Amino acid sequence: MSDRLSARSIWLAAWVPVAVLALAAPLSLEGFWLQTGLFAMAAAIGAIGLTLLVGTTGQLSLGHAFFVALGAYGYAFLAGPRDGDVAGVGLPAPLALVGAVALAGAAGAMFSPIAGRLRGIYLGLASLGLVFLGQHILHNAASATGGFNGRDVAPFEVFGFSFTATDPELVILHVPYGGLERLWYLGLLLVVLAYWYARNLLRGRPGRALVGVRDSEVAAAVMGVDVRRYKAAAFTVSSGYAGLAGVLLALAFGRIVPDTFGFVMSIDFLAMIIIGGLGSIAGSVAGAVIVTTLPLVLSHYSDALPFLAQPGESGVGAAEAARLLYGAAVIAVLLFAPGGLAQLLRPSRPSSANQGTGTFDRRRSSPRDQQGASP
Amino acid sequence: MPSRRGGLATLALPRGAAMNQLVELVVNGVSLGCIDALIALGFVVVFKATRVVNFAYGSLLLLGAYVVGRYHEPLGFAVAVLLAVVVTAAVAIGVGVVLLRRVRLADPGTLAILTLGVDIMLVTELTRRIGTDLLTTGDPWGAEVVTVGSVHIAQTRLAAAAVAVVVVAAFLIALKITDWGVALRASAERPATAALMGVRLSRVASGVWLLAGALAAMAGLFLTAFPSPGISGTVGLAALGAAVPAAVIGGLDSTTGALVGGLAVGLTATLAAGYQDHLAFLGRGFGGVAPYLVMLLVLLARPTGLFGSREVTRV
Repeated sequence: MSDRLSARSIWLAAWVPVAVLALAAPLSLEGFWLQTGLFAMAAAIGAIGLTLLVGTTGQLSLGHAFFVALGAYGYAFLAGPRDGDVAGVGLPAPLALVGAVALAGAAGAMFSPIAGRLRGIYLGLASLGLVFLGQHILHNAASATGGFNGRDVAPFEVFGFSFTATDPELVILHVPYGGLERLWYLGLLLVVLAYWYARNLLRGRPGRALVGVRDSEVAAAVMGVDVRRYKAAAFTVSSGYAGLAGVLLALAFGRIVPDTFGFVMSIDFLAMIIIGGLGSIAGSVAGAVIVTTLPLVLSHYSDALPFLAQPGESGVGAAEAARLLYGAAVIAVLLFAPGGLAQLLRPSRPSSANQGTGTFDRRRSSPRDQQGASP
Repeated sequence: MPSRRGGLATLALPRGAAMNQLVELVVNGVSLGCIDALIALGFVVVFKATRVVNFAYGSLLLLGAYVVGRYHEPLGFAVAVLLAVVVTAAVAIGVGVVLLRRVRLADPGTLAILTLGVDIMLVTELTRRIGTDLLTTGDPWGAEVVTVGSVHIAQTRLAAAAVAVVVVAAFLIALKITDWGVALRASAERPATAALMGVRLSRVASGVWLLAGALAAMAGLFLTAFPSPGISGTVGLAALGAAVPAAVIGGLDSTTGALVGGLAVGLTATLAAGYQDHLAFLGRGFGGVAPYLVMLLVLLARPTGLFGSREVTRV
């Protein structure tokens, strides 16, 4: 009992300052950091969704960017004005948000019959096909997406309170709250909801069923898990998460173009959850923050870093250094901690003997998130 | 590529002209398919022997093309190609053996992401080195076009097809009769048993990565030669974009499948691009997506590709 109490107090001691900092951040941070934070929040939501699918259920997906694009464009389309130069429905923003998430989730459900037939790497590469198809559609359905040049994203407004503009005016502690500051709180709320939902999902019956599907489909089926249904559900939920990430990303960008949602984005999402540790929700959030902020921060401070070349000079520039460092970080994490950051945080966990069986479905350690109330 | 004609005009063309266009497209498609088959073979052979999905493959290809483009002037074309093959194979072995051996026991997903890390670094560095330079391969065939009857085809494509046939034949024979080929097949089928029988898995793996590097260099050369505009950082992604559907259509662990898949992808892409006036309702640039559609359809019918080995479920 006392163990439990102390664990809880440690938990509180760790999280209360984080929460306070997160809530107070817009008071002192400048625009660049708020923007970076918003991108990281959007990425975190998407990464949680992907780790539910890849880490927990063992369904490799390289098509996450496609569903993120559906969310982003879905919101822009549903909330867009009817009389704009690209088509829109003109729904109120919160409705459009829900609609966009539902759209992405429905697309995931529609892909699940294909996904149900495929295993492991075949599934991953098939879902990669979705990304290229999605790019093609985004470029060609110009009346709804704006084509190559993209389209503007309608502002987010609830009962006349705008989250993306300065209407009505709001000043807290002498800090005027503009669009980014307000959006920050919307993002925080969405991240917390996403985190909480995923955690509850994994701790309950569905979570155990999904882990069962990952570890052995046959065994899970024997235990009474409807494998096909749970796989489809995992795809749907994961895509819904991707859609929500897309909405937040669209709001943070203000204008979306197809090239954002390409192959590279899918890869970045996969890198996030693997750096964070497959199946770990907290890990995927950490991975999302690292992968998203590293390049932005490096380019921001490029003029302060002596070894970087300025634009126009020959040598390694800031953007390139960020990419190189990103690649190196991926390699380093996987070489020295194949279980990702989540593994580093709990070093005492012995890995099981079930190593190197050669299928993607068999992971070698199951992260604590899926273990429920074990000590 | 054939000249673009108006949609209705093509429909109204006499039958002979339509036939000619079809033959020309098929010939060009097959020659492109030969390059795609080379690309897919390098991708598949690594997966077959080591179960690693090599996402660094596109950047290896770019590396090969870059070396040829940078050094063909001082060294001459033939020496530059040789150098490209050696450099790319060396880098591939470096990636495959030094990097991946450390985590050989990890699951394939982790290994795939590891190769992605390599890919990101290589592409970034090569793109930086290419910069704004206009690099060409400097091959002796140049922009010559061969005309047989009314069918036009670039000389580079003919050379590519010839090289592909020779290389693939040599590979298939080696796979059949040499000790290394037997070892590769054994370790692909039952790694543990093969190791117990005295097959050195590490040596097989090095050989496979070397082969993949050499194939990547050759494919990179032909992929950036004449009909394409030259060597740029996007070549790697384009190559991976061809390798993935080709390998999946054929079956990821089948070398025969890689050849069939490569031809299928080359043909599909060329035909879809050639008839894009008729396919206007599918949008512009459909040729780039068509192979993926074929891939999805094949997967619906056969979940492990045309020639891939079926997964057996054990309880």
